[in-house]
Amino acid sequence: MATQHSRAAARLMISPAVLLLLGWMIVPLSMTLYFSFLRYNLLMPGMEEWTGFTNYRFFLTDPAFFSALWNTIALVVGVLIITVIGGTLLALLMDQPFWGQGIVRILVIAPFFVMPTVSALVWKNMFMNPVNGLFGHLANFLGLQPYDFLSQAPLMSIIGIVSWQWLPFATLILLTALQSLDQEQLEAAEMDGASALSRFFYIMVPHLARAITVVILIQTIFLLSVFAEILVTTNGGPGTASTNLTYLVYVQSLLQFDVGGGSAGGVVAIILANIVAIFLMRMIGKNLDA
Amino acid sequence: MARAVTNQRKAIVTVVAWIVGLAIFFPILWIIILSFKTEGDAIKTPIEVLTSQWTLESYATVQERSNYFRHFWNSVILSVGSTVIGLIIAVPAAWAMAFVPGKRTKDVLMWMLSTKMLPPVGVLVPIYLLFRNLGLLDTRIGLVIVLTLINLPIIVWMLYTYFREIPGEILEAARMDGASLRDEIIHVLTPMAVPGIASTLLLNIILAWNEAFWTLNLTAAKAAPLTAFIASYSSPEGLFYAKLSAASTMAIAPILIMGWFSQKQLVRGLTFGAVK
Repeated sequence: MATQHSRAAARLMISPAVLLLLGWMIVPLSMTLYFSFLRYNLLMPGMEEWTGFTNYRFFLTDPAFFSALWNTIALVVGVLIITVIGGTLLALLMDQPFWGQGIVRILVIAPFFVMPTVSALVWKNMFMNPVNGLFGHLANFLGLQPYDFLSQAPLMSIIGIVSWQWLPFATLILLTALQSLDQEQLEAAEMDGASALSRFFYIMVPHLARAITVVILIQTIFLLSVFAEILVTTNGGPGTASTNLTYLVYVQSLLQFDVGGGSAGGVVAIILANIVAIFLMRMIGKNLDA
Repeated sequence: MARAVTNQRKAIVTVVAWIVGLAIFFPILWIIILSFKTEGDAIKTPIEVLTSQWTLESYATVQERSNYFRHFWNSVILSVGSTVIGLIIAVPAAWAMAFVPGKRTKDVLMWMLSTKMLPPVGVLVPIYLLFRNLGLLDTRIGLVIVLTLINLPIIVWMLYTYFREIPGEILEAARMDGASLRDEIIHVLTPMAVPGIASTLLLNIILAWNEAFWTLNLTAAKAAPLTAFIASYSSPEGLFYAKLSAASTMAIAPILIMGWFSQKQLVRGLTFGAVK
């Protein structure tokens, strides 16, 4: 009797959150889906008409789409490689005993708390600017020609900036995982004569595998949506050299007012993100049972 | 002998770790240094920068010219407002899921998580048009709504993982002693839940403060928080390094301090409890 009563109460307590999220998901999603089948441009109001898959055909055969898709993949994979390898090395380093551990830890995680527009602008102006940036000054000092990072290698530069922002996250999670490693197991292996390398590959890596997977999946979700860094550094250019899918949809819908085309792009972005999300959800779901 | 080796090793690790740590932190340190320089000095070579005079001029200029505090205040209202509203909605939900779990609880949690996986750009067009038609573009209330909804799944999840660690036996004991549901919540649960709620609050304020997709797309001037204000420096006129540095330092300082307090919760919150 008490359970039935508390079940009803529980349902009542959960429903506001569920209903709000349901609305937040269903209303805009169905609108995006609907718009994606319309010829709908904000510059020509009242001219909307059903066009079937035309928007998708245009979006998916647009050369800009392929370069955006490639840039999205390069951005995600590039940042993942840098942050996972760098994060593992950093976590291993910070897991050792040394003086001032607490302070170094604070220094290392700080970039994660810097808002995206600040870190992008600081890297763009204070470091990568060929005339006044620090890298430019350094090149002059060494007698080299200053390199214009954002126009010569725009995508690589953005990968660098975003990696700086996400390295702390990977480090922090891998460090947390390392600290939960059974020390006795390591000592036993050492006593049995296992070298530092084989201890790393046969004990630490398997132990870190789960944390690395979590880092990869969560970062992928966020990296697919990188936007502010591109907006304030290169505006997606030169040409479409640093335009990712998120930025392409933004340009199409809010700058070119092509609601239909932008919506089709949005649906494509959702489908791609879902492929990643399914794997992530499986992992977290398993953890719920444990 | 063994001790000497350990100490030597510790000294080497210390040197390496500090060099790496300072290198990673350096861009932030550099902004702070430049913010205390004049515009003319801020673009000189590093050695000239460090030996030039220190001044508070840029901080004064930023405030005079750009109404800096309105944007700062917008950031405070958006991040704190969306977090508090999110908590009011999420605390009962997480409480019910943790203490009265049903067959569907896990499904509901996973579904909430899935809404977070939705790329924001997928719903940019409809949200933008809805906001335009409802007159919510460039308003604080509109952004508070969006920020609340995008962070609600994280809030529910974090609270859920904290609440689940509260032992159920304590509740049963209180019930046996004749405590009503109200007593149970006020005297037993709340004191145990406060640390978890506080961590959730802190992490969520940080996430909302730094959110830079919706705040850039849905604001113009009136409701623009610091993320959007700083972005306006991407097409500046004249010399601006010192001003940008001063504005940035003030924008990241409060969140940096809060972030350092919440580093442990960060792992739990952002991995949805998958790594603790």
